[in-house]
Amino acid sequence: MTMLLTAENISFGFTDKPVLRNVSIAVRKGEIISLLGPNGSGKTTLLKTLLGLYRLDKGRILFEGQAISSLQQKTLARSIAYVPQIHRASFAYRVIDVVLMGRIPHKTFFSRFTAEDMDIALGALEKLSILHLRDRPYTRISGGERQLTLIARAMTQGATTFIMDEPANGLDYGNQIKLLESLMDLGGEGYTFIKSTHFPDHALWVADRVVMLKDGSIIADGAPDNVITSENLFTLYGREVDVHLLRESFKVCIPRKIGNCRCAHT
Amino acid sequence: MKKLFHIPCLVFLLVFFILLSLTLGKYEISLGEICRFIASALGLGSMDQSRYSLLSNILLDIRLPRIIAAALIGSALAASGTAFQAMFINPLVSPGLLGVLAGASFGAALGMIVSNSWFAVQCGAFACGFLAVLIAVCIARIYHGDRLLMLILGGIISGALFTSLLSIVKYLADPYNQLPAIVYWLMGGLSLADGKTVMLASVPICTGILCLLLFSRYLNILSMGDDEAKSLGINVTRIRMALIFFATLISAITVVIGGLIGWVGLIIPHIARMLVGPDNRTLMPVAALIGAIYLIAVDDLARLLFTVEIPLGIVTSLMGIPFFILVLKNARKGWA
Repeated sequence: MTMLLTAENISFGFTDKPVLRNVSIAVRKGEIISLLGPNGSGKTTLLKTLLGLYRLDKGRILFEGQAISSLQQKTLARSIAYVPQIHRASFAYRVIDVVLMGRIPHKTFFSRFTAEDMDIALGALEKLSILHLRDRPYTRISGGERQLTLIARAMTQGATTFIMDEPANGLDYGNQIKLLESLMDLGGEGYTFIKSTHFPDHALWVADRVVMLKDGSIIADGAPDNVITSENLFTLYGREVDVHLLRESFKVCIPRKIGNCRCAHT
Repeated sequence: MKKLFHIPCLVFLLVFFILLSLTLGKYEISLGEICRFIASALGLGSMDQSRYSLLSNILLDIRLPRIIAAALIGSALAASGTAFQAMFINPLVSPGLLGVLAGASFGAALGMIVSNSWFAVQCGAFACGFLAVLIAVCIARIYHGDRLLMLILGGIISGALFTSLLSIVKYLADPYNQLPAIVYWLMGGLSLADGKTVMLASVPICTGILCLLLFSRYLNILSMGDDEAKSLGINVTRIRMALIFFATLISAITVVIGGLIGWVGLIIPHIARMLVGPDNRTLMPVAALIGAIYLIAVDDLARLLFTVEIPLGIVTSLMGIPFFILVLKNARKGWA
């Protein structure tokens, strides 16, 4: 199977101290990959290097066989989209205007947005069932709706590979589930997701593959059921967590101390 | 789409204010007479020859250049303020952020003490305005880290440098002739705006504003932050430098025409944003038009309110402060 996005032995640091050390990762088309790791492990940096935002110290990143450093940012933007973490509050643009920004990589400097661009943007909103938000100010919608708006923008970009930085962060329980359901639906249609998360459970729910990052190095990479184990979670977070098998093929994580305590009561 | 309605309205208002301001002054000329004058200037009517040349002198040589200067400065400051606020993702930023106004003030003052030529003063203002921004950008380049923050720091350093250089010039200036001229110039005013300068300045100002208009779509994207803008396929550095160039060009020229005129670049974008929202594609032209109207009106006040003309920069600041307090109270729509 051909690889969509490959990082080969990449190293990167903002200063002399490397944030990423010899990281290699190969993403297949249509995969949903969850990136797990403690705070400061380099998750965000890894995602941003995959987007081509940083100049690597070592190694290279290939998209469909081509080095992304040799591709124009604009060309890359038509294939890979970035869905950032909780958005810095900027100006109160309408939701539709934010989504339309996704058409920029398809435009030259002088070409204006056309009715077709508008249709694409509206189509993306409709697909994510947030068409009713189109004229609302982006700063006045909920965190979950904002995340969906940014996904709609990524779809409008024409990209099929989405790089998402902690998409569930800051959302309430219902919106977290709603977001993961949207990802699952889109994953079934051939979209590829690389997302970071702080919840191993989310990775067990919706992910084809889990990559664990610690101190800038990958310590595990594989199917969620194989990778999310008590040992790996302890290495990653320094906490004892039991991974229980629920029904035939569904695993849940329960912190050991809390779990034991609760069991003692009953 | 209803937002497009604002632009024709504002154009109409601008024309109205220009005509109204032509009637205002020590020598009273009625609106009807102005219309007859325009008609005969276009060869559509006739007018007494001596009356015609008197009106021609007052209207075309004295009042019109000043009104156009006010309109140009107002729209230039409003447009560059809008661009800076979007680019720096901060609605409290004004066109002087990168030191252009401090640099241009120094340049003008330097020109006044080393030369008697007005042209030298204007060249000095323009060149030093650019120099100050160049220094700010170069300082920002030395360091790694958040580009916007580094640019702001560079601007603070460069602004402080040129402010202290200005103090040196003031200190060295002849206190009887040159110092008052410098101080008066820095208060900002249009009494020295002559037809030739205004004509010359209108070309780069209009070009600069037009270029900012062309970039307005990219301003929206830059205001989402650098990483997002890059991931949307934008060459952030190049576009930001182009925007800084045009904003600097037009702000430096405002100092060349009328000295330091504060607050316009800060409050007008706010007022425009309250009217049409933050989308720079409509905000930019609306802000430029409101800026022009605002400065024409304020300049009328400056020259007519008292028997002696008050420097325009003082009036804009005095009006700007209460206005800004009011605007902030209602500013939820733009940037809550």
